[in-house]
Amino acid sequence: MLYREAGQFITHYRADQRLFRLRQDRIGFYLLLASAFVLVPYCGNDYWFSAILIPFLVLSLAGMGLNFLTGYAGQLSLGSAAFMAVGAFSAYNFNLRVEGLPFLLSILLGGVVAGLTGVIFGLPSLKIKGFYVLVSTLAAQFFVQWVFTNFAWFSNDSSSGVITAPPLDVFGLDLSSPAGRYLLTLTIVTALGLLAANIVRSELGRNWMAVRDMDTAAAVIGIAIPKTKLLAFAISSFYLGIAGSLWAFTYLGTVEPHGFDINRSFQILFIIIIGGMGSILGNFLGAAFIVLFPVLMSHIANGLLVGVMDSGHLENFQKIVFGMLIIGFLIKEPNGLASIWQTFTQQLRVWPLRYWSH
Amino acid sequence: MSATPLLSIKNIEVIYEQVILAVKNISLEVAANSVVSLLGANGSGKSTTLKAISGLVHAQRGEIADGQIEYLGEVVNHSAPHRLVKQGLVQVLEGRHCFQHLSVEENLLTGGYIHRPSKAKLNAQLDNIYGYFPRLKKIRKSLAGYTSGGEQQMVAIGRALMSDPKLVLLDEPSMGLAPQIVEEIFEIIKNLRDNHGVSFLVAEQNAAVALRYTDYAYVLENGTISDEGTAQKINQSGELLASYLGR
Repeated sequence: MLYREAGQFITHYRADQRLFRLRQDRIGFYLLLASAFVLVPYCGNDYWFSAILIPFLVLSLAGMGLNFLTGYAGQLSLGSAAFMAVGAFSAYNFNLRVEGLPFLLSILLGGVVAGLTGVIFGLPSLKIKGFYVLVSTLAAQFFVQWVFTNFAWFSNDSSSGVITAPPLDVFGLDLSSPAGRYLLTLTIVTALGLLAANIVRSELGRNWMAVRDMDTAAAVIGIAIPKTKLLAFAISSFYLGIAGSLWAFTYLGTVEPHGFDINRSFQILFIIIIGGMGSILGNFLGAAFIVLFPVLMSHIANGLLVGVMDSGHLENFQKIVFGMLIIGFLIKEPNGLASIWQTFTQQLRVWPLRYWSH
Repeated sequence: MSATPLLSIKNIEVIYEQVILAVKNISLEVAANSVVSLLGANGSGKSTTLKAISGLVHAQRGEIADGQIEYLGEVVNHSAPHRLVKQGLVQVLEGRHCFQHLSVEENLLTGGYIHRPSKAKLNAQLDNIYGYFPRLKKIRKSLAGYTSGGEQQMVAIGRALMSDPKLVLLDEPSMGLAPQIVEEIFEIIKNLRDNHGVSFLVAEQNAAVALRYTDYAYVLENGTISDEGTAQKINQSGELLASYLGR
């Protein structure tokens, strides 16, 4: 009864096209933003910022990047980590080699370079479909990692290709404290998240979904498929590039090419599968699941089973439980956590009645 | 209708995604050796009703929230589709859905394995199908994807008949087909009922053709049954026309 649209009359298309059409959704979103920007920095501690909230936000952003490509445009990819690496290493080099380049601008340029790299590795998708596109992105994954490991120039000749975060100065503010890094990440992710939510309901987003659902039908109504696919690769890789920079600079501080290996790509793929393909909210839910659940489980395991099992077994046991939970979730809800949320809100809208009748 | 119907549905209600009500209070019966039609406009609930019977609604996030479906006197609300096929209840989906990259004959064969028949039985079965649809015999080696719409519909029906069913649920067999082909298909349905003891529950928009071959018909409107009766009765009452054209 609290969550319903009774009394909210929409009389203009502008109002109908708002991001959150229901007043309750808008209020909820503003409250969430307010608590993330004000309450959390005030109450949170360094452990939460550094070990949970920052990786959660960065992985959500990376999920968004992959979701554009896979969830919206229907192109499978296993090269997410490669585009993150390109973003991080480019941003590092821009910052290092261009005197006085602001930190945010370096990150942005890193994203642009990642986007261009994405376009190059997206070119084969114009001729091949489905699982075969996966192979081309897999090539990106191995090629990029090889380049950054073997050409020391990219890491300023450091041993084993490690790069270190530049000073996190934004508009004269030093944001290197955990709370500062959290706020920096949160600001970027919020801005890009809002942009993402608007991209997917723009002409471009609808073209992506048209190509995903039936590319032949999309072509015959005049959608330029090559352009649509390449833009998906470009924007997806741009987001992943920014996520890579944040991963390197606000989360880890130092990173080597190995940090962006294929396991990271899989992790991001799992985030969007668990969270929900073709959903912006899903990226956040999936990332929360991937980041929070192992932490929660290790706490439970350490509390309950530490004397019973040795630590090696315990760690493997957690992985087994985690894997089974993922499978269980996907059987229960193949469209991901976002779909559970959607069903829940739909039910909430008709509650205390049972259903919508047409 | 006869004392023990082949299929009997009592007051079913189907809900998709837990909140969207698709059909409610649907009750119908299909007697042995009969052709029964479900008529109605787009979105009236014909396909949902058929999928509820065959167990396919569960795959589309639907559930039978209320009521009872009895097939051969047994409640089958929660039976898996493949078990129903084994018991002789098979559905032909709307829009044909042939296996495009298999030949016509391979398509038919895929429908025949459910009872694990001997080679001889399978070939006899295949001969039967070619007997009903002589057209298919001529194109038996062609890829199904390259055959015409009418031929694909025949392949889909033939494939269902390969399982030796008692009851076939046919969803829009006339969709996108020339009137002559539609007539041909309904003639075959009639022949199967008269001479081979197969019953049909046919969901159709093309009421004019369907009623000519139908023993009993139900008119669906907005998810409920608005009229029912013999073909003659339906033709005479204005209910069918009203359900198509609005009141």
